[in-house]
Amino acid sequence: MQSDSGSLIAKPRSRLFAFAALPNFFKLVTRLVPAFTIVGIVAGLAGAAVGFLVAPTDAQQGEAYRIIYLHVPAAWLSMVLYVAMAMWAAIGLIYNTRASAIMAIAIAPTGALFTFLALCTGSLWGKPTWGTWWVWDARLTSELILLFLYIGFMALHASFDDARRADKAAAILAIVGVVNVPIIYFSVKWWNTLHQGASIRLTEAPSMATPMLIGLLLMTLSLWAYAAAITLQRAKCIVLEREREAAWASDFAKEL
Amino acid sequence: MHWHSLQEFLFMGGYGTYVWGSLLVTTGAIASESWLVRCRMFRARQSVTVVAARQ
Repeated sequence: MQSDSGSLIAKPRSRLFAFAALPNFFKLVTRLVPAFTIVGIVAGLAGAAVGFLVAPTDAQQGEAYRIIYLHVPAAWLSMVLYVAMAMWAAIGLIYNTRASAIMAIAIAPTGALFTFLALCTGSLWGKPTWGTWWVWDARLTSELILLFLYIGFMALHASFDDARRADKAAAILAIVGVVNVPIIYFSVKWWNTLHQGASIRLTEAPSMATPMLIGLLLMTLSLWAYAAAITLQRAKCIVLEREREAAWASDFAKEL
Repeated sequence: MHWHSLQEFLFMGGYGTYVWGSLLVTTGAIASESWLVRCRMFRARQSVTVVAARQ
């Protein structure tokens, strides 16, 4: 295709597309991982200090409420990571960009881990506050379905020998499964559930004490930064595994 | 500081098992995932080096 300047090389539609090339993607990710790691560690230490040492006792739930500093960020992440995975999978399908498909594959294990943590810490919260480890209510059941969707995505991808065919098949499952995310989020509104409503709403001022809110936001920042760092690091691994024959991969592997 | 003693902090008003259990599961999961990704990166780098040496 001839561009305006007369060159036979097509200009990329956006600067972002430059990162669809795996060497550029690898270089960018290598720069981002340490930054996210530092943010994760600093925010995690600050959030744990505020949440576990400074924040006051909850009037209704006593000290058991402190589980929210782990449970709420994990639950948010489980949904956000699924949407991110489906978004990258869709971009990979539409534009046939390998870096996007790799991002989707790299997100899945971390998403599954945070879904497991949301369920596990939720159980540890449920026992002292509800008197039971588990109930089949809409929020808990839809979150469990999310875990199965992550596992299904990874299992489907692993069942193909050809990586590109695996990317495409798993992408379709990720896109179809995204319908579960609004169901999880609105389940406490749509159905009569044992699970309480949202802790923080964008449309209303938070009802919790300021140190509680600061602790929660810091822990959220920490776990989100951790998820970004570990996902990008896994994406680097996948790039090296797929491109091990490429000369550039050998140069980058020496630098790591 | 909200707490008056270390015992009070560890006891967590009687919910210590649940609160510290949650923290243990979360930190354990994060440490395990970090370790697994570190091992995977080591193997990926090794395989790139082996292929480069063959070429």
